[in-house]
Amino acid sequence: MLERARRSLARIGHNFIENIWRVGAMTRFFVMVLAASGTSFRRFRLVMREVYFTGVQSLIIILVSGLFIGMVLGLQGFETLQKYGAQESIGVLVALSLVRELGPVVSALLFASRAGSAITAEIGLMKATEQLTAMDMMAVSPMARVIAPRFWAGVISMPMLAAMFSAMGVFGGYLVGVVLIGVDNGAFWSQMQAAVDFRYDVMNGVIKSFVFGIAVTVIATFEGFDAPPTAEGVSGATTRTVVSSALAILALDLVLTASLLRGDH
Amino acid sequence: MERTTIDLWFGAFVLAGFAALLVLALKVGNLGQERAASTYRVEARFDNIGGLKVRAPVRSSGVLVGRVAEIRFDNERFQASVIIALDSRYGFPKDTSASILTSGLLGESYVGLDAGGDDKKLADGDRITLTQSAVVLERLIGQFLFSKAQEDGAK
Repeated sequence: MLERARRSLARIGHNFIENIWRVGAMTRFFVMVLAASGTSFRRFRLVMREVYFTGVQSLIIILVSGLFIGMVLGLQGFETLQKYGAQESIGVLVALSLVRELGPVVSALLFASRAGSAITAEIGLMKATEQLTAMDMMAVSPMARVIAPRFWAGVISMPMLAAMFSAMGVFGGYLVGVVLIGVDNGAFWSQMQAAVDFRYDVMNGVIKSFVFGIAVTVIATFEGFDAPPTAEGVSGATTRTVVSSALAILALDLVLTASLLRGDH
Repeated sequence: MERTTIDLWFGAFVLAGFAALLVLALKVGNLGQERAASTYRVEARFDNIGGLKVRAPVRSSGVLVGRVAEIRFDNERFQASVIIALDSRYGFPKDTSASILTSGLLGESYVGLDAGGDDKKLADGDRITLTQSAVVLERLIGQFLFSKAQEDGAK
């Protein structure tokens, strides 16, 4: 009994230390990626190729989810706003919640599960099949050739995807609010334009998605690079990518919202 | 330079991203509209500004003519000092009065301007002397109850 308690306590301690180690190693990894970024810009085609795989191929899921979320926001918002006779404000509700919160956060979560997991699995398998070691042997730095282009591709793709997500969501809200329910078209857009400030609301969303892009790709590339070179190791690393990306996105979102929000607006 | 499909996709992706940002800026956000070219600032002092905020609209006859630029507390007169940036396309007489109004029952606060009859126009740095404070609902209810009680007492 005592022995079992002691062992589970030891395991908790081990996991705790393991996670702290992971944070430190990830920070060092991030700096190494930045230091090895020169090649990515000298041979920009490497980055473009990765933008195709992570960004362009995530387009379908991002656009469709954006449309659905915008439509749901329109329906739910209408339901509540109608009680106060303020159904024209539905555009404001849809646009502000998308541009400020849902656009960056949900598209980052989708990006993490669609592209982040793929990055981890790819790099993990490259490591397991000793491709990374082979590159090292040929004096090609895997950091510069494999990791950095994927990192920069994620950082470029994320704000674009989030902007497309929000735009699509607003369109979804328009479809439900104006086309389906019949809220006045002019009031829908003019109230939205009066309430959404470009520099304050839209740019804050872009800043958020930029930070999420960095976080997701650093986690995804690190987990792949750090994965034990076995089938089980790669599968575990892929799971960890999705879980820690989601946690990182939500935690960073809280911090960013708190620091970007101004009370007097 | 040889061209690949990846180049095409990358270009299309980046263009779509910027197009989405442009839509957010112009169609959803307020960039591209108003952005009054030149403004002049006038000051108005209020006893109570209620829920007025910076960047709140300033309307005359319901038309947007400017925005609240700054709200300060004047510690000598113990009044709120509201700086209003008015679009220089619109001129107002010197005896224009300003009041703080609310659009709808639960709507946002805005400053309403009612033009006077003076020949001279308001200029940059002038002060609007005729002002009416925001209506505070609690005070209104208090006054109503008070007058009601008086009426009942008189009977």
